[in-house]
Amino acid sequence: MNGASVLDFARGPVFEIALAMLIFGIAWRLVGIFALRRPVDYSEPRAGTGWGSGLRMIVSRSWPRREFRERVLHWDIVSYIFHVGYAVAILGYVPHIMLIRNLTGLQWPGLPGGVIAFAAGLSAGALLALLGHRLTSPVLRRLSNFDDYFSWLLAFTPLVTGLMAYYGIGGNYQMVLGLHILAGDILFAWLPFGKIMHVILLAFSRGTTGAAYGRRGAPI
Amino acid sequence: MNTTTLGAGPGAARAPVGDNKQGSLSDAERLDRAMTSFLRDFNTTSALYLEACVHCGQCAEACQYYVQTGDPKYTPIWKVEPIKQAYKRLTGPLAPLYRLFGLKKAVTIEELEQWQELLYDSCTLCGRCTLVCPMGIDIPSLVLAARHGMQEAGLVPDDLWGPTERARREGSPLGATKQVLKERIAWLTDDNNVTIPLDREQADILVTISSVEIMKYPQSITAMARVMNHIGASWTFRSDGYEATNFNMLSGDRTGQREATMRLINAALAINAKTVILPECGHAYQAFRWAGATMYGRPLPFRVVHISEYLAEELRAGRLSLKSDARSMTFHDPCQIARRGGVTEAPREIFRALGADLREMGPTPAGNWCCGGGGGVITIHRADSLRHRVFHLKMQQVEDTGAALLVSSCSNCRLTFDDGQDFFHWDKTAHSLVELVADNLAERH
Repeated sequence: MNGASVLDFARGPVFEIALAMLIFGIAWRLVGIFALRRPVDYSEPRAGTGWGSGLRMIVSRSWPRREFRERVLHWDIVSYIFHVGYAVAILGYVPHIMLIRNLTGLQWPGLPGGVIAFAAGLSAGALLALLGHRLTSPVLRRLSNFDDYFSWLLAFTPLVTGLMAYYGIGGNYQMVLGLHILAGDILFAWLPFGKIMHVILLAFSRGTTGAAYGRRGAPI
Repeated sequence: MNTTTLGAGPGAARAPVGDNKQGSLSDAERLDRAMTSFLRDFNTTSALYLEACVHCGQCAEACQYYVQTGDPKYTPIWKVEPIKQAYKRLTGPLAPLYRLFGLKKAVTIEELEQWQELLYDSCTLCGRCTLVCPMGIDIPSLVLAARHGMQEAGLVPDDLWGPTERARREGSPLGATKQVLKERIAWLTDDNNVTIPLDREQADILVTISSVEIMKYPQSITAMARVMNHIGASWTFRSDGYEATNFNMLSGDRTGQREATMRLINAALAINAKTVILPECGHAYQAFRWAGATMYGRPLPFRVVHISEYLAEELRAGRLSLKSDARSMTFHDPCQIARRGGVTEAPREIFRALGADLREMGPTPAGNWCCGGGGGVITIHRADSLRHRVFHLKMQQVEDTGAALLVSSCSNCRLTFDDGQDFFHWDKTAHSLVELVADNLAERH
């Protein structure tokens, strides 16, 4: 396949399949969770239904509590560099915005290419640091499985190929761009099936605990 | 040779004590029972937790066992790996894919045996991990679910299973039977010249006790009586519903947990109680205040409060008046009452009323270090050296306050402090908040 056909392939059928897998997969996973028995708590709440605390915790748990900062904040910051850089690259780059506009009709002003490249570079660097941490920390080595490494690879590849396309590295531009889009497609398709699903689940799990602790009047 | 019986289910049989297995089930039967229990426990909440973990390892940084040993096996989420494995392979929405690609292996009996130490010896259910988890996963609730399976399989440490089984048989985990209670109350009444109502037919308040108090700190019973009499409350102890300590919850024995809960509920109903007061016992608070109604299957027709909450209410109402005690004090927030129970302000109101120089530990109440004896760990003697290791954190936290007096509102914590004090030849003794109040009751004019 030449560059043009890889590009067409990635933009066309693969993208459509990836999008279908993304939507179907998220729905499948959420239905699979919420179709299970719902526990009922008959205890008399101390402080309301807990809904407010649930919503509050969705936001507040984005930053570690004071008690734990000394031990975890540094890696949280690295993780934020990765996540924020990634979000800027996805949502701030004009071609990405055009894609979103075509799909949803929504659009917003883009950022200069240099800013995007900088954000993507920072994000990739942070991702490498996080991998190094995962490989060297005894705790993370103990916890890590296929999903952790595979999801890392699928998150890293679009960043690198995107930067290569932007800077014209790797020869044939169409081929590199095609591979970048293909990497994005695969990431979309994988999202519901691995740990990257936390982008959706995070609000539910935080909210559940926040509500449960909130109705007890316990710290969240 | 001593023998024990497996209290729950058809597997009741005799087995030798000492191998930390109960009953005479085959390995296959044990595994089957554990898996059946795991599957029965899965619900939307546990599923969300098991799906949401991103393996960031931050829970380790909040866990006293990991912090003190540096051993990654003590990472809280790792302690529930078998139940996570079972969920992903058998129940979760992606289970067919996990099985197809062999990404999650079936749980084995060897794993369950190996995890006994992680689920029981090295988790006090303190809940610090919940507060650090970026996904908000409440790991202690998963540990309890895993313990249900271990109990069903007869894979509980003997030292914990013993009191659990005794609670089923005698109504109290530590031998504080109805008869023992009556005798205790009789001699406490005589020795202390205090009225201790027992088995009144009607009363507004049912006061409950921890077996640790009955057996080890009977002066707490006298203190409770003095305080309740000072307030002028309509109250009673009941010999058909006094034992609030719920060891069955700690071992994972759902049936026993419900039986222990129902004894208190029925006693409260029998006297038309408007309020049930829970004693200075953290797990009693968790088992009855927050899990009691669920065991009952509907909302409880009376309110449930911890004794420190009740005392704070009475202070506010002006029915409890205290003398001044201006000594410097520090307060150990019991995990199940404060961090996981929500009672953080009431004890501080009491210290303020005493005019005490309260020197807070850092961090507390949310991030307070556990005493290391909760979750049934204090009963498991093979875990003693590990428990003493984590107790160091607590000792340091207390020492850093420079307070003269250490106070808590949990007799199980107090027991753990006593043990640590003895082991380390420490000069600090943990005192009871209720006893402190009883010692400082103002004269009625």
